[in-house]
Amino acid sequence: MLLIHCPYCDETLPEAEFTYAGQAHVVRPADPSGESDADWEAFLFLRDNAKGPHFERWRHLHGCGRFFNAVRDTVSDRFLTTYEAGLPRPDLSTLTEDQP
Amino acid sequence: MNAPVSALTPGPLVETDVVRVSLEAPRGRLSLRARGELAPFDVALGLTLPRKIGQRAAGDGIEALCLGPDEWMIHAPEAQVGALLSACATLYERHPHSLVDVSGRETTYVVDGPGALDLLSVGCPRDLDRILPGEGRRTVFDGVTVILWRDGETTARLDVWHSFAPYLSELLETGSRELAADAAAAR
Ligand SMILES: [Zn+2]
Repeated sequence: MLLIHCPYCDETLPEAEFTYAGQAHVVRPADPSGESDADWEAFLFLRDNAKGPHFERWRHLHGCGRFFNAVRDTVSDRFLTTYEAGLPRPDLSTLTEDQP
Repeated sequence: MNAPVSALTPGPLVETDVVRVSLEAPRGRLSLRARGELAPFDVALGLTLPRKIGQRAAGDGIEALCLGPDEWMIHAPEAQVGALLSACATLYERHPHSLVDVSGRETTYVVDGPGALDLLSVGCPRDLDRILPGEGRRTVFDGVTVILWRDGETTARLDVWHSFAPYLSELLETGSRELAADAAAAR
C-alpha cells in the first residue's frame, strides 16, 4: 500500500484514507464565454498523460477531508512531494524520491 | 432536536478473554466548522478548542476533537446540546461558522481490553501506536469512515454513522472471536 503525506495533518498515512482527484493546477477561465471552443474543450476535457512526475490532486477523505496537491512519479508510483492546495507548483528539480 | 434512532440497542456486543465491545447509549454530538479567531468559541463552549488535528480537549461534561484545519467533533450530554447551540449562535454575526447537531447521525462503540488495538487493526490500516492515548483521529475502518478516540492504552471509542453500524457490529464481533481463538490456541 502507498503511504501518502497529508500536508494538513502533517502525517504520512495509508493510501486507504485518501482518494485521487484528478490533475492539479487546472485553472477555470475567469470569463468562460470569452473562451474559444477549443480552449474551453481543453479546460474541460484535455489532461496530461505524464510519464514521470505528474501534478495531481488528492483528498484526505477518511481524515481531515482536505484536498491537496501532490507530485507523483507515474512510472515508479512514488510521491515526490505533497503540498497544500493553492500553493504554486514546486520546482521539479528540487524534488527527490524521498517523501517528506 | 435531531433524535437518535433506536434500532441499535446500547449495551455489550461481545465479550471475550481479550477484548470487550459495547455500544454506547446515545449522546449529544455537534459538528463545528469555524475559521479565523477561535477564542470566542472557546468561551462559548467552555473549553479550549484544540488547534492541532488529532488533539482533544475536555470541558464541563463535553469533549472536543480536532478533525481538520477548521473542523471539530464535540461530544456532550444530550441535555447540554441546546445550551451550546445557543451560546454559539450569539457569535454568529461577528464570527460566521457552522455548528450542526449531528446527535442522530452517529453511534459509538467502546472497544476495551488487552486485544483492543489488535481488534482495531482488523479494519484500520493506520499505525495505531501513533495515535496516543488522549488523542483521536478520523480514519477508516474497512472502508467505513470512523472517528477513533483513543482513551487509554487499551481503550478506544469508534464513532460511526448509523447506516454503517450493523456492518461494523458484525465485523467487530467476528474480529473479537478470532482474536480470542488465537489467544486460546497460543495457550
Ligand atoms: Zn489530512
